[in-house]
Amino acid sequence: MLGIDDPLVLTAYFGIIAMAVLSLIYGLIRRNAARDELTPEDRQWALEEKKVDDEI
Amino acid sequence: MSGTSSVGWIDIVVILAYLLATGYLGWLGYRGTRSAADFLVGGRSAHPIIMAVSYGATFISTAAIVGFGGVAGLFGMSLLWLTFLNIGVGILIAFTVLGEPTRRLGHHLGAHTFPELLGLRYQSRGIQIFAGALIFLFMPLYSAAVMTGGSIFAATQFGIDFEVALLLFAVVTAAYVIPGGLKAVMYTDTLQGFIMVFAMIFLLVFTYSSLGGITEAHQYLTDMADLVPAPLQQMGHQGWTAMPAFGWGAPTYDLWWIVITSIILGVGIGVLAQPQLIVRFMTVRSRRELDRAVPIGAVFIMLMTGTPFLVGSLSNAWFAQHGPILHGKVVSQIDPAKDRALVELMKKTDSGDWTTIISPKTNKPATAPMIVSERTQAQAASGETFELVGGRSTAITYVKGDSDQIIPTFITSALPRWFGVVFFLALLAAAMSTMSSQFHTIGTAAGRDLYERIGDKGQAREPSILVMRLAIVLGLLIAVTISYTVRQDYIIARFTAIFFGLCAASFLPAYVGGLFFRRVTKAGALASMTVGMSVSLFWLLLIKAKEASAIGLVQWITGGKTSLLADYPNWPSVDPIIVALPAALLTLILVSAITRPPDAEHLRQCFPERKP
Repeated sequence: MLGIDDPLVLTAYFGIIAMAVLSLIYGLIRRNAARDELTPEDRQWALEEKKVDDEI
Repeated sequence: MSGTSSVGWIDIVVILAYLLATGYLGWLGYRGTRSAADFLVGGRSAHPIIMAVSYGATFISTAAIVGFGGVAGLFGMSLLWLTFLNIGVGILIAFTVLGEPTRRLGHHLGAHTFPELLGLRYQSRGIQIFAGALIFLFMPLYSAAVMTGGSIFAATQFGIDFEVALLLFAVVTAAYVIPGGLKAVMYTDTLQGFIMVFAMIFLLVFTYSSLGGITEAHQYLTDMADLVPAPLQQMGHQGWTAMPAFGWGAPTYDLWWIVITSIILGVGIGVLAQPQLIVRFMTVRSRRELDRAVPIGAVFIMLMTGTPFLVGSLSNAWFAQHGPILHGKVVSQIDPAKDRALVELMKKTDSGDWTTIISPKTNKPATAPMIVSERTQAQAASGETFELVGGRSTAITYVKGDSDQIIPTFITSALPRWFGVVFFLALLAAAMSTMSSQFHTIGTAAGRDLYERIGDKGQAREPSILVMRLAIVLGLLIAVTISYTVRQDYIIARFTAIFFGLCAASFLPAYVGGLFFRRVTKAGALASMTVGMSVSLFWLLLIKAKEASAIGLVQWITGGKTSLLADYPNWPSVDPIIVALPAALLTLILVSAITRPPDAEHLRQCFPERKP
């Protein structure tokens, strides 16, 4: 099939496409599934991260 | 095949325009509005495309495109399994399983570097220093791989010496990463990511169409299996569309162990323990952002690694159909019906007669498998008349066996000149986005994880910006020195695989254990990291023949052998990760089981959302 005789290489070829499709489906299903909440702790972490970045 | 191009004014204008655009976006970021942390501080969310492409641009570099693409040209499409793992492990598992726990733990503990995350999780200054030191010492190896990949392409594309290209590349890198690129400006990464996407789509479509279509291209390559060079056949190479021969106990299985353990598993699993990628999860706003980034990340990685691996393999078919005509005299027939023969390569001298080309590697006449297309009578330098054959060969012949040259040579030979410049920009983009993260990680490892933690009497010091900057400059110099001095078979892929494998064996059990298992102890983590690193280094120095023989210690110990296990076939081809990662995991479990559990209060701080 597709000019590739080795079934393992063919599996990898289609496996790549399957994995990308699986990721697309995952992204669509989970698009709004998780909470999108920015806690004060997250904000505090970001402020410190920004300080490190700015210093360097 | 190289050195036929030169730098034209259009090339310079296009490259300068790109550098200016990157510089402008970097400047916007420098003004303090567009880094990942800025998004969080502002309470906003980076668009999933920006998050995913930025992550992917950090993940993928010239090492993947030039180095591993070239390895695919040498070993074939078995490398597609690496793309499969890059998506399945590097994106799906990394984003959906490790991403959110890493983000939460990092924020709960206030960790900003990967060593700091481990150190705070296990309440161990030693673990942080250990991880910081390992990164500081070995990350330049990976940076050297990225730099070599970019420099080889620039040298081939613009017809300049490798050393000049390396110097230019180092100057551009320094100009980019030292003043502004370190800020992980997500818009800059994204611009670079889009250039890479365009280049890869064009490259893939062009390659397939120039070979007559997908099936036709694959079929032609499948039919070229008898043109695999003899040294590769003896290692188990069965053609560019076939897996290497699998088995144990004979040299004819060496290639399977090299491809599967070093190239595919080492890098495919090692990506989970890459410090510069792990810290990216902490800059994400929420699980939702991670979920939304998965599809874009997967498609991006599919294009970025799948394309060079396919094109690298197919370049053999392209050269066999369209490559320059080579000449020589037949040594032996491979397939008389198809006019394929092993040919001793010859060149015409100034006086008009033909002389044999001597291989600089072997100091013997260079031979290559050839699809013969013409036969004439010619005169040798000795005066005798012989049958001169002309024909085409595989990509490996045209690059004289140097797989790192396969992608650059294919681009300059097969594709339009303008695309070479665009592809160079894509490689520059890939290199810069990866190297900015690498040097950021080197700098913070030296400044935050080493200098600040190795204080007098165990007291933490004040942060030193000078130390971070010096470490970055030192890391850059070490990377350039390694690139300049070490030029061996598929060195880009090997350096990358060494670093990825070392990170996997040293960090992965302690990292994953720290995220998911409360019972893992400080002693267990430290012992696991020590065992993982020690076994890896032992294997690289004394067992894995390619690396051990290059370092030279094993020859000194054994009186000339290239591995302690040189008399046991296949062992010298097995990658350290196969032994070191299980050893590190086992150590983590056993030592944690017999040492005192971590403090309950500390675990509540690490995992406040979990019930005790």
